[in-house]
Amino acid sequence: MTQIDPAAARVAKEAIPTIPTDEDGPVFREPWEAHAFAMALTLHARGLFTWKEWAEALAAEIKAAQAAGDPDTGETYYRHWLATLEKMVARKGVATAATLTRYRDAWDRAADRTPHGKPIELQPGDFRD
Amino acid sequence: MAHDHHDHDHSDLSETELRVRALETILTEKGYVDPAALDLLIETYEKKVGPRNGARVVARAWSDPDYKAWLMKDANAAILSVGYAGRQGEHMVVVENTPKQHNMVVCTLCSCYPWPVLGLPPVWYKSAPYRSRAVADPRGVLKDFGVTLPADTAIRVWDSTSEIRYLVLPMRPKGTDGWSEDKLADLVTRDSMIGTGLAKEPE
Repeated sequence: MTQIDPAAARVAKEAIPTIPTDEDGPVFREPWEAHAFAMALTLHARGLFTWKEWAEALAAEIKAAQAAGDPDTGETYYRHWLATLEKMVARKGVATAATLTRYRDAWDRAADRTPHGKPIELQPGDFRD
Repeated sequence: MAHDHHDHDHSDLSETELRVRALETILTEKGYVDPAALDLLIETYEKKVGPRNGARVVARAWSDPDYKAWLMKDANAAILSVGYAGRQGEHMVVVENTPKQHNMVVCTLCSCYPWPVLGLPPVWYKSAPYRSRAVADPRGVLKDFGVTLPADTAIRVWDSTSEIRYLVLPMRPKGTDGWSEDKLADLVTRDSMIGTGLAKEPE
């Protein structure tokens, strides 16, 4: 497994200057944003894409969102990041959009059947094939 | 968040959280991502979500008795006055540590964690073993974190829900008389606000 150095975040920031940061490094509005960020960092470290490739894909995603009326206040930045991640994963043949939807639906069922306060865990029965 | 249900009987994940979990699961299954390594990376940034928000609230409560009274009575409004809003529909309750009672908060759902106030939860906080042990043996869990309380201090464990989230008001350390709020806020750790630690002692 690829080791990730936090220094990788600095490299990412240099390649993708739009990443929200303060003097110490990336900042996130919600926990899932940190997950989305960390996944992209991991996949980059695995060589799935270059930062140049990522920057172009993310820019295209943001441009399309703006054209569709995204207010572009910065609050939606990681939504675009996540959409870019999903498309990149599909383009590189890791998982198709259909597979992503299948897993998303399975997690939804897992959450539904999990009583509040218990950890949500995915089980084979959560998949509908 | 696209939507945020508040059902009582089952768990809920937002649309975005579902998509993030779907991706993580697939990437893990295909060997692209090691969940432990990912958690470690995320932990590096955990303090970057709302890092000083809760600390500021605690420091003000230590300094200003009127603010503290307000915080204990209407935490949402008092926290908002410092400039940090929680998610809509989220009800914050502040529980105060005293020599007689120490408070600890548990919840296994990251969606139940008041991250705008406390920052991201530590990785272990969401684990099932932590939660069950905290309920069964809070003194033992505290000991693991290096915290030993006097035998006559009762420990109360609060289980946060999607409707109520807790903030622990730690005891003000001795030797901090006359300190500014800024200086006091530096003593307030995230762990002290979920009750798995105490506020730092002045050096």
